[in-house]
Amino acid sequence: MANSTARILVVDDDPYILMSLEFLMKKSGFDVLVARNGTEALQLINEHRPDVVLLDIMMPDVDGYEICTHIRQQAALAATKVVFLSAKSGDADIRKGLELGASLYITKPFSTRKLVSQIKELVDAA
Amino acid sequence: MTGWIIIVVCVLYLLLLFFIATWAEKRKQINRSLINNGWAYALSMAVYCTAWTFYGSVGRAASGGIGFLTVYIGPTIMAALFWPVLRKMLRISSTMRITSLADFISTRYGKNFSVAVIVSLFAVAGLIPYIGLQLKSITSSFEILSGNAGPGHLQNGSLIAVGITIVLTVFTILYGARSVDTAEKHEGLISVIAFESIVKLIAFLAIGIFTTYFLFDGFADIFKRMAAQPNSTALFTIGGEHGMYEWVSLTILSGLALLLLPRQFQIGVVENVHENHIRKASWMFPAYLILINLFVLPIAFGGHLLFAGQPVDADNYVLAIPLQQGQPLLATLTWLGGFAAATGMIVVETIALSIMISNNLVLPLLVKKVQHERQADPSFQPRILLIRRIIIAFVLTMALLYSKTVGQHLSLVSIGLISFCAVAQFAPAVLGGMFWKEGNKKGAITGMIIGFLIWGYTLVLPGMWPEAAFVQHGPWGLGWLRPYALLGLSGLDPIAHAFTWSMMANVLLYITVSMHSKASAQEQYQAELFVDVFKHSRTQQGVQPWQGKSSVAELQQLLSTFIGADRSSNLLQGYAQRQGIAIHPQQPADGRLVAFTERILGGIIGTASARILIGSSAKEEEINLEEVLNILRENQQTIETNKELRKRSAELSKATRQLEAANAQLQALDQLKDEFLYTVTHELRTPLTSVRALSEILHDNPDLDEEQRQHYLSAITKETERLSHLITQVLTLEKFESGRYRPHLSATNLAQLLTEAVEALRPLAGEKQLNIHLRMADTQVLVQADRDLLLQVLYNLLGNAIKFARQHIEVQLVAGVSEWQVWVKDDGRGVPADEQAFIFDKFFQARHQTLKKPEGSGLGLAICKKIIELHGGDIAVESHEGQGAAFVFSIPAS
Repeated sequence: MANSTARILVVDDDPYILMSLEFLMKKSGFDVLVARNGTEALQLINEHRPDVVLLDIMMPDVDGYEICTHIRQQAALAATKVVFLSAKSGDADIRKGLELGASLYITKPFSTRKLVSQIKELVDAA
Repeated sequence: MTGWIIIVVCVLYLLLLFFIATWAEKRKQINRSLINNGWAYALSMAVYCTAWTFYGSVGRAASGGIGFLTVYIGPTIMAALFWPVLRKMLRISSTMRITSLADFISTRYGKNFSVAVIVSLFAVAGLIPYIGLQLKSITSSFEILSGNAGPGHLQNGSLIAVGITIVLTVFTILYGARSVDTAEKHEGLISVIAFESIVKLIAFLAIGIFTTYFLFDGFADIFKRMAAQPNSTALFTIGGEHGMYEWVSLTILSGLALLLLPRQFQIGVVENVHENHIRKASWMFPAYLILINLFVLPIAFGGHLLFAGQPVDADNYVLAIPLQQGQPLLATLTWLGGFAAATGMIVVETIALSIMISNNLVLPLLVKKVQHERQADPSFQPRILLIRRIIIAFVLTMALLYSKTVGQHLSLVSIGLISFCAVAQFAPAVLGGMFWKEGNKKGAITGMIIGFLIWGYTLVLPGMWPEAAFVQHGPWGLGWLRPYALLGLSGLDPIAHAFTWSMMANVLLYITVSMHSKASAQEQYQAELFVDVFKHSRTQQGVQPWQGKSSVAELQQLLSTFIGADRSSNLLQGYAQRQGIAIHPQQPADGRLVAFTERILGGIIGTASARILIGSSAKEEEINLEEVLNILRENQQTIETNKELRKRSAELSKATRQLEAANAQLQALDQLKDEFLYTVTHELRTPLTSVRALSEILHDNPDLDEEQRQHYLSAITKETERLSHLITQVLTLEKFESGRYRPHLSATNLAQLLTEAVEALRPLAGEKQLNIHLRMADTQVLVQADRDLLLQVLYNLLGNAIKFARQHIEVQLVAGVSEWQVWVKDDGRGVPADEQAFIFDKFFQARHQTLKKPEGSGLGLAICKKIIELHGGDIAVESHEGQGAAFVFSIPAS
């Protein structure tokens, strides 16, 4: 999927982080959707089948692990790539995230440039 | 007052005693013993206070002033020595089932039969007069109370004495000689004795208070008036040529008597239920003595003043005063007190003596018969009981006869002290035997016999024939042999004089003869067991010096002669089971089993008889006792070495456990610290992420429009604030948790503080259209508080409430029992029940879970909790999910 209009869903309950990610992804030319919590995220995933989901883990309603599990369970979403963006930085957290089928696990705080290039790489590889 | 009324009172009182005894034994059967406590023990010990105390103290005080106190100072000092001395006596006696003083002494000196006989005979000789005098006091007080004016009025005084002797005989037999096992406790009897101690105390206090406060104007008044009398100074001082010496010797004498009187041994040792009761007795008994002596001087002086010039015997003041004052009821009560004092003493002394006589003088003859028969004879048990009952009757009859003949002429006190002096002769043998291993049988016998001879010569003989020539001028005219001034020691009171010579001879002979003669191995063995009883009482049963050849069946047969077949087989099998000894009826019995049988028999027929019986029945061969003694001592050493080793190893394992615990604690702390760090860094990451991302965006996109730029910059500022707030909170919490922080407490008006906080946050609430109700029980509520810290708590709780409330917030100040409570209630979604216990934990919202709570840093409530705890208060939450939350904290009222 080399076209630059890959659809990205950004999920984070922190408004400023969400704001930054939205700006960065739009700037990189993606088609951006945002969700402020897990419920919204699930809804948008089902409706829009994004190519990539930038997923926070700790959220008030449904956590990121669950959302990732949900994605991986649906055949229709097999192409959807999950990237965890989390403040949980323990080895066990990262291992768990990758085991659930995420493509990347990026710890907060992150370098915006590196994040953008990693997402671009991911999209290009598909 | 007519004699018949008194007789009715007397009968009623005796019936009450029977009732109490029966009741106590019933209680014992349902395991609710009345005497299994220090109180009953101490009270029954007050059997020390006889009719002599009751009537005689006043008599003595009237003539000798405060000198009467010696008889109570001695016991008080002895009570202080209860723990080292009486407890040791008790432990020895209970380990060996010793049931009388004669048993005690004979057991110590090799279970020697002649020692037991000597002690028993001396005790009988020394104490029957004493019992007789108690009977005499009952009759004479009866005569006084009934108004013994004319000869025809009540010459049946002797009849009364006989009647009372019969009743007491029946009582003593019923409650003191029911079982053959003398080591058994006499539940009913002891309860009665304790009760009688209460009766005599109340009675004496009643007459004392009546005399002091109703007839006179208190202590000071009586003493002042008495001092105004001629020749009264002697009564207030320890006077006389040898005054101090007499004081000291009488004090020692009575202290020894407290330990050595057979009735005291019976109560203090044989009837003791638990060693620990001694602790209570060692202060309660002296307290009892003080109470009962409190009014002796006032009564003596009061009587002296009231009956000036009249021929009233001072011994009878306690009765004469209420009678003269027209108080028959009080007189009757007082009489009952004296009656209680006399009967209590008579009963216990009789039992103690009867055990001595039966076990040491009579049963040995019977035992010889058993030896020959070698066959269980079921009639033995009732026969022993019958013998003991006959002896009880015999002792009381002798006492009655004595009181009707010789005793008519002697005062209570002198006979009491003569008896004291007699039992004091046991002191070297008993105390020496308990603390000095070298003391032996020959020394003990020599000391006791010579001591008794001197006692008889210097006290008894001259007391019986005071006018005889040998008393006045000495036998054959030898002046230095005068009984009251032996070897020229004159000027002393006869008791002090007799005590001095008899005791000096007794002690000296005991020591020198012991040191210059050899003790038998059997004696050395017993000496070892006595002196080191606290070391041996646990191990003694394991070492047995005798190797018997008799079979278990033979032992059992022997035992069943005395206690019946069922019980003996139960006892033996129970013991064998506990000790892990195999029992085969036809095989030679284990040495321990033989020793056990001997102890049981000792409790019934006395240790000396039991020794003889076992010695022949068990066909024992005495193995070399020197060897046995060595085994015993070695054993002791091994035990001590083992004990040392065990102690060391216990210390080591204790240290190991402590180390492990410390280590576990450290690990837990370490884990907590890791968790905390992880959570803190995690909490810091979120705002940092925004700050970094937004800064990079600003940096990389210089072409952003102004509005967006401003927006991002203000976001950065807010997130930075959030960061520093978090850091501050972490540091605050750390400060509180370290325990180093001391709040600056000062008197603070909680109501005012509350108002201030609410007003400060009202605008914020207004923004969310919330209204805050503030309700306070009082506007002046002073508490000790750190104002700033408490304000921080209030802001936090109110801030939370504002965050969650839908419409209303209610703040209340309520008075609790000893504290003030502040309630902050909102109508928000509440705190789920399973979280309520944890919300005051730091970072609760972030820990062990991936669902984030939208509250602030996660430290606010933890800090609140710490602050409230620093104030000595509590914080909690009450909430039903969906129905709002109510946070409450308390501050102690000042």
